[in-house]
Amino acid sequence: MASIDIAAVRKSYGATPVLRGIDLTIANGEFVVLVGPSGCGKSTLLRLIAGLELIDKGEIRIGGRRVNDLPPKDRDLAMVFQSYALYPHMSVRDNMSYALRLRKTPKEKIAAALKGASAKLGLDALIERKPRALSGGQRQRVAMGRAIVRDPQAFLFDEPLSNLDARLREQMRFEIKKLHRDLGATSVYVTHDQIEAMTMADRIVAMNEGVIQQVGSPSDLYDNPANLFVAGFIGSPAMNFLQARTVAGPGGMSVTVGQAEIAKVPPATPTGPVVLGLRPERITLTAPGQGAQAAVDLVEPTGLGMIVHLDLDGQQLKTFTTERLPLKAGERVGLMVPPGSFCLFAPGTGERLAG
Amino acid sequence: MRNPGYWIFHYGLLALFVVFALFPLFWLFKVSITPNDLLYSEGVRIWPSRMSFDHYGAVLRHSDFPLFFRNSVIVSTLTAFFSTIFAAAGGYAFSRFTFGGKLWIVGLLLVTQMFPLVMIVAPIFRLLAPLGLTNSLTGLVIVYTAFNVPFAVFLMQSFFDGIPKELEEAAMMDGASRFQALLQIIFPLTLPGIAATLGFVFTAAWSELLFALMLNSSTAASTFPVGLLAFVSKFSVDFGQMMAAGVLALIPVCVFFFFIQRYLVQGLTAGAVKG
Repeated sequence: MASIDIAAVRKSYGATPVLRGIDLTIANGEFVVLVGPSGCGKSTLLRLIAGLELIDKGEIRIGGRRVNDLPPKDRDLAMVFQSYALYPHMSVRDNMSYALRLRKTPKEKIAAALKGASAKLGLDALIERKPRALSGGQRQRVAMGRAIVRDPQAFLFDEPLSNLDARLREQMRFEIKKLHRDLGATSVYVTHDQIEAMTMADRIVAMNEGVIQQVGSPSDLYDNPANLFVAGFIGSPAMNFLQARTVAGPGGMSVTVGQAEIAKVPPATPTGPVVLGLRPERITLTAPGQGAQAAVDLVEPTGLGMIVHLDLDGQQLKTFTTERLPLKAGERVGLMVPPGSFCLFAPGTGERLAG
Repeated sequence: MRNPGYWIFHYGLLALFVVFALFPLFWLFKVSITPNDLLYSEGVRIWPSRMSFDHYGAVLRHSDFPLFFRNSVIVSTLTAFFSTIFAAAGGYAFSRFTFGGKLWIVGLLLVTQMFPLVMIVAPIFRLLAPLGLTNSLTGLVIVYTAFNVPFAVFLMQSFFDGIPKELEEAAMMDGASRFQALLQIIFPLTLPGIAATLGFVFTAAWSELLFALMLNSSTAASTFPVGLLAFVSKFSVDFGQMMAAGVLALIPVCVFFFFIQRYLVQGLTAGAVKG
């Protein structure tokens, strides 16, 4: 196992910059998830670590060793691909032992490694099968098995669960996390799915347009997003963004939407237009007359609770509550936002404002 | 269920096509076993009243046909072998790498396919003569290989394109060099493509007449299509022996296709589906 250090890495395809200066240190044994919309450069970054693409500028070190010019085979990393990339003409056994056979590992050692991995992944019964005789979930397991028999410096995952259906995805998420707990292997995991990122990561690296937007623990990114991008990307249902103003009043500084005061803000906050970020589940619905006044637009029950779409002074807003409220479209409600459970962003740059 | 009329029409059309396509082959065989004395008297009968294999005996024992035949096998096999190797290498490069001038090279390969061969027989002859490559099987192999490689490259490229890049990448992550990945992972998956290319080039070389006729005039270096012409003399055509030789010439192609057909069907349909 090893740490991975990425310093000032840049990559362009022709004239199109894909990564615009990436700095990131992944500690030994850490599970780091690179997350972002498609085209944000997360897969490219993973491929640079893997050695499948060449770095234009900057440096990558694995376990302290500079690997910029090392071909993939000499980096000792295991990778799980979205398409699984199982060798179609080889049995599960041969797929999993290919790396070891390339390294001329003694037969007994290969057999032991295979046994351990196939037991861990529940592949014992399938060991002689060809990939085409396996289901999607089984293929996924074999791809994982191919990685873990090797005991590599680090694991790289390139959207490994995207081809699975929702239930299987949830299960594999759990299994990958458990494997990581058992093996303690340095892992870099690429996904566009923020739920995968939230549930699996020790640390999340949120990326957009070739730039790291924020690095932090899942709760960090959720509670304290650094900018509008991260705030909007992490969380489902997504954070509400309202055009608001900070104004000084007799009771101190507050943030208002239209005429309605939403919450108090620290006195040091400058006055002017802001973007108010509100997590749907942090908004409390109250009887009309209390708090800011809004009208119910639509109610979506989810089973666990309900998503209530509101109209607040002409702006759309979602709230989530686990209470089963008898709300109807057109009904008026009040809403309250507890102190400290909202974010303010600068309207121009999208950067987080203090407060 | 469709009505029976549909199926009668359906199979009727297929039967018509099969008869049309195979009748010449049947006629070839029929003439080859018809004794000379019946050839003209029973010329249009569907099956002769007497059969004889004399023509085969004559062809094998008293003509140069075995020599032509041997020459054809050598030339076709070597051409298929070399063309496929070059095509596999070229097709792989076109499929997997980006490099300067790629578009130009592809363009040039296409250009070579544009000219009627008759146009370039003379320059080719002029080129090969001083090198001592006329009247030689080597010369034919070189020319055939050169003219078959462009199409074969495109054929092989389409097969490589059908194999996901991730397979190689996975192999390289597993510790294989690119060449090892090619040999151990990609090559086994390209066997259908290789079989299709071998078959295509072999058949093309086997039946090629123009260059074989123009470049090689000596009997020692003639291939069988040229040899067939030897049965046409100034005053008569020995149809019986010519047809017998033709039937014999079909054998290697049939054997060849028998061995590769398993891959070939796979390969052609795979290519068709993946476009």
